[in-house]
Amino acid sequence: MSLDISVINDQGSAQLRIVGEVDMYSSTQVRRALLELVKQKQSPVIVDLNEVSYMDSSGVATLIEGLQMCGEYGGTLLIVGLRDNVREVFELTRLDKIFKIYQNIEAAMAR
Amino acid sequence: MINIEGMERRISFMTKTIELHLTSDPPLLSVMRAAVSKVCELADFEHMETSKIILAIDEACSNIIKHAYKGKSGQSIIITCKIKPTRLEFILEDEGEPADIEKIKSRPLHEIRPGGLGVYLITSVMDKVKYSFGVDRGNRLYMSKQRPKDKTT
Repeated sequence: MSLDISVINDQGSAQLRIVGEVDMYSSTQVRRALLELVKQKQSPVIVDLNEVSYMDSSGVATLIEGLQMCGEYGGTLLIVGLRDNVREVFELTRLDKIFKIYQNIEAAMAR
Repeated sequence: MINIEGMERRISFMTKTIELHLTSDPPLLSVMRAAVSKVCELADFEHMETSKIILAIDEACSNIIKHAYKGKSGQSIIITCKIKPTRLEFILEDEGEPADIEKIKSRPLHEIRPGGLGVYLITSVMDKVKYSFGVDRGNRLYMSKQRPKDKTT
């Protein structure tokens, strides 16, 4: 099982689109892609989770790391499109209060 | 004369047991999740509760791979699922390094940093969580969750 990850760069901002299940096996792929965008000091980094059907604590940990690294250069990391079961993980860990979460890319871009 | 209704009732009161054997290979976690989803379906859990139970079992298996087996693949993980009349039970057994009970704790949620959330998720989702350890090797994790009241047989 592997993830499908694509990146769209647009004038300093970046969209990271993830398709599949994010667990301890696949979260390393997300981490690699996210670190690359952070290295380029992109902002905002918009992580599109619309097509993510499962996420465990390793996926959440990767996003926390990305959020903190974006903060180091004054950038922002935004999350869009949480499915109910993935939103539940954010709510259980109270990270829904930490991340800026939007319904879709348009809402995140218009923030 | 055979009381069919009574017989069906006795059968439905029996514990149904499903045993899953997997090795400590992270790509197998998706297979485990699919199996646990089916078990939850058999125990009448609805979609959101099923998702949370899958998350708890996945976190427990990930911890076994990371901590008991230190990332070493090919090692044994046995998941015994018991559908009992009022609750669903999971028993996870490994032959890895016994965990240090002092280290099995989640980080405080107000500390925003990567990691340390697996144990918190397990204890948040399941009603009962109990760890036991072997002297030299092996860990056993018991977890249970009350079945939906209106559907228990």
